Amino acid sequence: MRLSEHRYRTISSIAGPLLFVQGVFSARIGEVVKVLTPDNRQLDGEVLQITGDTALIEVFAETRGLDLEKTSVVFTDSVRLAPLSPEIIGRVFNGSFVPLDGLPMFIPEKRSPITGLPMNPTARARPEEFIETGLSVIDGLSTLVKGQKLPVFSCSGLPSKEVVAAILRNSRIIKKDALQDINEIADRDSAFIVVFAALGLTFREYSYYMNTLKEMRSGFVAFVNMADEPAMERLLAPRFALTAAEYLAFDKGMDVLVIITDMTNYCDALREVSTAREELPGRRGYPGFMYSDLASLYERAGRIRGMKGSITMLPVLTMPEDDITHPIPDLTGYITEGQIVLSRELHQKGIFPPVDVLPSLSRLMQRGIGKGHTREDHRKVSNLLYKYYARGRDLRRLEAIVGKDGMSEKDRLMLDFADLFEREFVNQEPERRNINETLDAGIKLLKRFSLET
Amino acid sequence: MNGNITGISGPTVSVALKGLRLFERVYVGNAMLTGEVVKLEKERAVVQVYEDTHGLAPDEPVLATGTPLAVSLGPGLLSGIFDGLQRPLERLRQDAGPFIISAKEVYALDRSRQWRFHPLKNKGDALSPGEIIGHVSEGRFSHFITCGSDINGKLSWVADGEINTESPVGILSDGKEISLCQEWPVRVPRPYLRKIAPGQPLVTGQRAIDFLFPFSKGGTAILPGGFGTGKTILEQSVAKFADVDIVVYVGCGERGNEMAEMIEEFKTLKDPWTGSSLMERTVLVINTSNMPVAAREASIYTAVTIAEYYRDMGYHVLLLADSISRWAEALREISSSLEEMPGEEGYPTYLASRISGFIERAGVVETLSGKTGSLSMVLSVSPPGGDFTEPVTQSCLRNTGTFLMLDTSLAHRRHYPAINWFQSYSLYAGELLTYYKDKVSPEWEDVQKGCRDMLQKEEALREVVEIIGIEGIQDQDRLLLHAAEMIRSTFLCQNAYTDDAFSPLEKTLSAVKKILDFYKSAEERLKQGAVLSEILTNTKA
Repeated sequence: MRLSEHRYRTISSIAGPLLFVQGVFSARIGEVVKVLTPDNRQLDGEVLQITGDTALIEVFAETRGLDLEKTSVVFTDSVRLAPLSPEIIGRVFNGSFVPLDGLPMFIPEKRSPITGLPMNPTARARPEEFIETGLSVIDGLSTLVKGQKLPVFSCSGLPSKEVVAAILRNSRIIKKDALQDINEIADRDSAFIVVFAALGLTFREYSYYMNTLKEMRSGFVAFVNMADEPAMERLLAPRFALTAAEYLAFDKGMDVLVIITDMTNYCDALREVSTAREELPGRRGYPGFMYSDLASLYERAGRIRGMKGSITMLPVLTMPEDDITHPIPDLTGYITEGQIVLSRELHQKGIFPPVDVLPSLSRLMQRGIGKGHTREDHRKVSNLLYKYYARGRDLRRLEAIVGKDGMSEKDRLMLDFADLFEREFVNQEPERRNINETLDAGIKLLKRFSLET
Repeated sequence: MNGNITGISGPTVSVALKGLRLFERVYVGNAMLTGEVVKLEKERAVVQVYEDTHGLAPDEPVLATGTPLAVSLGPGLLSGIFDGLQRPLERLRQDAGPFIISAKEVYALDRSRQWRFHPLKNKGDALSPGEIIGHVSEGRFSHFITCGSDINGKLSWVADGEINTESPVGILSDGKEISLCQEWPVRVPRPYLRKIAPGQPLVTGQRAIDFLFPFSKGGTAILPGGFGTGKTILEQSVAKFADVDIVVYVGCGERGNEMAEMIEEFKTLKDPWTGSSLMERTVLVINTSNMPVAAREASIYTAVTIAEYYRDMGYHVLLLADSISRWAEALREISSSLEEMPGEEGYPTYLASRISGFIERAGVVETLSGKTGSLSMVLSVSPPGGDFTEPVTQSCLRNTGTFLMLDTSLAHRRHYPAINWFQSYSLYAGELLTYYKDKVSPEWEDVQKGCRDMLQKEEALREVVEIIGIEGIQDQDRLLLHAAEMIRSTFLCQNAYTDDAFSPLEKTLSAVKKILDFYKSAEERLKQGAVLSEILTNTKA
């Protein structure tokens, strides 16, 4: 322990975002460093590796303009901490926690390490409180519950931001005692605090999201890294966001909804760092530790027994080449509790939200629906809709070969059901449906085809 | 012995400390993080640290312990919840709050707890390694206390009555003490007299497994499947309903919320075989995906050692690991930070030998004390992209007896458990057939064959239907498709959330027989000129 700042001008090599500094006295892993450039810029960095008195520094900014002679490195003797206070609500920061909204920095109530600590599995409370997103296809068939992490798998060109915005605008937690009559509780529901982490967003997307956040009646905190900002910052922003979320949830007892978009940019930044460190690449060049790294973010969602707050997480990612087996969606799917998959085909049919029901799944749904949570018939309606729609979808392939005329009456009925299900149940722009309306819409559809309900 | 840190890279730390042994346990840094020596060179040793290394600095002290990474074995393990290093998570939570603070050293077993010891040996009796000296009651189990491998001699004193985990249960004439608890290095398989070929079924209560791909006590099974194919749910169902004495479940690199759900469920559910609480027969080892990677690597060894310990008392033990891929990935991460030459997909070249070494710890054995115990394993595998050609699945396949392939397309149809009935196999099926024929029903084999035939014919017919449509095939074939659909949807599908979650063998057999009988009689009626649609509508009611 040094308890002081140390300054070195002994950089021996620079490669991409990595610096080697020699002759360092007792650096610590994860220690925050400041890199002072010849033109008096100050960059953020972190100690990644130590061999004897040589420290390897990762810089979270553009390293252009650095040199070996004049650039100096200041070791701060502290791991990266996030300043926290209730005043963060309503503020917009960049990926390094610097205010972007022109207001001065707040005075922190406490500082917490941004890597967080793993939650003790025995301290976790089982997520089972229903969140009404207002989207029938999610509420009815892939129900979101408080404390869940449910990613949105999108493809380029699909309206993922509109889907997320719809969820942001309409989500509410339904209190257990309010279940008697869902229609009458509009003023008794509780809203979320939204923690928004934007990673590598284009300005267009950014302004869309900011408008949505500002229109919301509940509070938000935003951490924004734009597409033209340093890729390295994308590794920090979600950790700041989650540390803020943990503070609001478990220190202040709030229900927090964390939106991280786009995780694909995060993973690409991770790959960039890993390659610069000359690590052995795994699948498609992504590092072998990506599963553990993603888990260190996603697993911070949850609820704690005996505590009031909760963290629910909705990461958004773009599947490269629409490929769900690509390492990013694949590893995400292995960690998160289900996924909402958007479909190009439905989008082309003009259906909003274009959620493909078949690969979408909410693993925690079973605990969050039915009597005491939503409605007693929820499970049954949901299973029936899924079953008939899956059959209809199966038959579409057959239809392509033998034509509709070659099919039995019953099969034709299923085909029609699948079409109508997409157009009337999945599609709902722009209205919001509460859970009663969602289930009733499902029952109506089933009845129309005289299918058992 | 003391030394100091010279370099740190992720979870691996270089230390200057001579006289260390490979796989010795060391404490690293001021925070006293647990580590294990993985590489020795002339001037330095490389230590794998089991905890988060953030904040660690060079020149911090390193303390050698002289012993390998070990687990504490003794009464009080059952219904315990431990992390990969066997730290009791419940007590950790009481002491340190809801988040895990690294380096918090908590003894695995409750040292204050008193146990009533019943000796089975008397003063003057001769004892040899592995022999049983007495027992305590752990819930409904007799927890036998065995002698360690270094015990050989005459008993000069034996305890009787209330003792705690630290007191001796016996003293030999040469003064050596036999303790209630023992430490055992996790990477060393516990000894036994000899292995016995498996021959008894392990009933899981899952129809698709018990009927088509039976599993045997002392056997090993893998469940590979892409995400969303229901690996965890199936593992947990097996953990709940398997007809074994003791269940050890490792949540290795998986989701925290799932584990929370499982803990809550196991505390409330009853064991269908004995009616007592499920938790009473269960040991949970949990190292979720965000807990330190190196401890994840250790977790399956911690679990298998605990499982072997109960096996040595003559119990049937089932070890479930979810998922072995996460363990392999931990191995890969460690290997890559050691800068080892990678093999396939970046995994170290010793992946296959580590996997086979681990899986071979399963089996039916005659214990040192002459009892028969078994250790069975069910391992889930999470192949990236659902591609089964990857190294972990392939290595596991070579060493396990049952392969239950979980199929993404079945899962998309919400057909759970999504076990593909064409690709899966069980090498135990032949050996177990005699048991099923003797103990359940002589018809077992015929019914099983009938069921397989039907599913096979259905597959062939479906291909035809794909081309010419259902209207184009004969009534006989349509009847078969209908019956096969019944097998799929009412027999092979099993809802893990209802009473149907557990199906005893007799019920399993009668359920499938009913469908086959219906098919036979309907086929007969068709031949006599009955109309297909009438047959089908009548049976629906």
